[in-house]
Amino acid sequence: MIATIIVILIKILVLLLILLTGFAYLTYMERKLLGRFHVRLGPNRAGPFGLLQPIADAVKAIFKEEVVPGHIKDKFIYLLAPVLTMITPLIAFAVIPIAPDLTINGYTAHFYIADVNIAILYIVAVTSFAAYGVILGGWSSNNNYGLLGALRTASQMISYELPMGILIVSIVLASNINAGEGTMSLVEIIERPRPWWLWLWLFIAFIPFFITMLAENNRSPFDLPETENELIAGYQIEYGGMKFAMYMMGEYLSMIVSSAVMVTIFFGGWKGPLVVPGTWHGVLLGFGWFVLKVIAILFIYIWVRASVPRIRYDQLLAFNWKVLFPLSLVYMAITAVMVAVA
Amino acid sequence: MSLIPFAILALLALLSALGVILSKNAVYSALWLLAHFLIIALMYFALSAQFLGIVQVIVYAGAIVVLFLFVIMLIGGTITPIKHESRPYARIAATIFGAIFLLGLLFAVAQGVTNLPAPQGAPDAGSVQAVGGPLYTTYLLPFELASVLLLIGMLGGIVLALKERKRL
Repeated sequence: MIATIIVILIKILVLLLILLTGFAYLTYMERKLLGRFHVRLGPNRAGPFGLLQPIADAVKAIFKEEVVPGHIKDKFIYLLAPVLTMITPLIAFAVIPIAPDLTINGYTAHFYIADVNIAILYIVAVTSFAAYGVILGGWSSNNNYGLLGALRTASQMISYELPMGILIVSIVLASNINAGEGTMSLVEIIERPRPWWLWLWLFIAFIPFFITMLAENNRSPFDLPETENELIAGYQIEYGGMKFAMYMMGEYLSMIVSSAVMVTIFFGGWKGPLVVPGTWHGVLLGFGWFVLKVIAILFIYIWVRASVPRIRYDQLLAFNWKVLFPLSLVYMAITAVMVAVA
Repeated sequence: MSLIPFAILALLALLSALGVILSKNAVYSALWLLAHFLIIALMYFALSAQFLGIVQVIVYAGAIVVLFLFVIMLIGGTITPIKHESRPYARIAATIFGAIFLLGLLFAVAQGVTNLPAPQGAPDAGSVQAVGGPLYTTYLLPFELASVLLLIGMLGGIVLALKERKRL
């Protein structure tokens, strides 16, 4: 019992280290890539190729004075909000397997923290709490721009959760094919073999799913809660120093978690050429494939940010309700027919 | 669920429910309500009803309280306490109906203590299959009726919104 708890604690610690380093270098990757997209160099002063830039940023954020503006009446909620935004993606990562299992001398090592049979629902439930961080932050800032940002977040996240949920239902439905019983466990979704046409069919769902993820993570072109030209950064307006850094961490960590979820359900997680489950090199190679796929999706996030202009708020909601939501319903209906026929 | 965790969770649920009605600020009420929903979800988990618990979190904590906060912020986002309406008959009516409800509840609990068997954990670890199977076979009709009820609610909302727009 105690041994199990210690193993889980070590896993959590290692995962946190990986994710936080991942966050730091994701900001570097984004700035460097945006630089290239804009035909400039990007950060190149701190260390070789600017590789120490994230560390310089972290030191700057930590040593800044923690200012709470005088008009903030509700300090507890004001300080709680960025923390909520930051920890929810970390909690959500618990159910994502990052490498195949490994058995040594009868002891099986799992490369995930928990395998529950409601893993997908768990991720939806936990990530929906990120909205509270933004809403409460915008409200407790006692500032009209902040409040408008919070209101936009509330309606945007709730609206885009619907097509996301419908697409997730379709994927769970599709896990019935060749298995006889559906599953919501991410470990099993990876391990179940899929016929080639199912991979193609699920790839069609990846595109609308990715769009809903852009909206859920408040990423450009759907970053309306923080539009700098009309809301001057919206809910983040009264936050500085480490508190602002926590909001940033929340945004980038949820990008990483969403990418990991998409890799897991659409692209087979750790699966890849030359991966032999149950061996040392299989674990390392599987983890390598997983990271590579996550980075590929993160690249699309940054690519979209550099290429697509921000859309208007009414367009954002109209696109969801008039295009994305009906399309996902049609997709689910066709998937249901396929499951019934196959 | 054994008695001690139930007692702790029940106490927390009661305290958070009291927080909802005793908070002067509507935003705090909504946050207490959020805490209450989460504690109820914990109770479901403790009864090994995984699916119900997670749906409780997704629907109530993830969507409904967010919408409550949305409405509260739209109609009065500033930090001002709610003013108590000065309608004497409202208080009297509330007291009478509250008393009737309390009596009914106490009666039900008194009946239950002597008659009901001890609660069991949900079958099949409360999995999605265990909930979905009976819902779509044995209880299909009531399930569909409930969905029609929700549909009517949604249509009502749309009709109200459209009427207002026509007046403008």
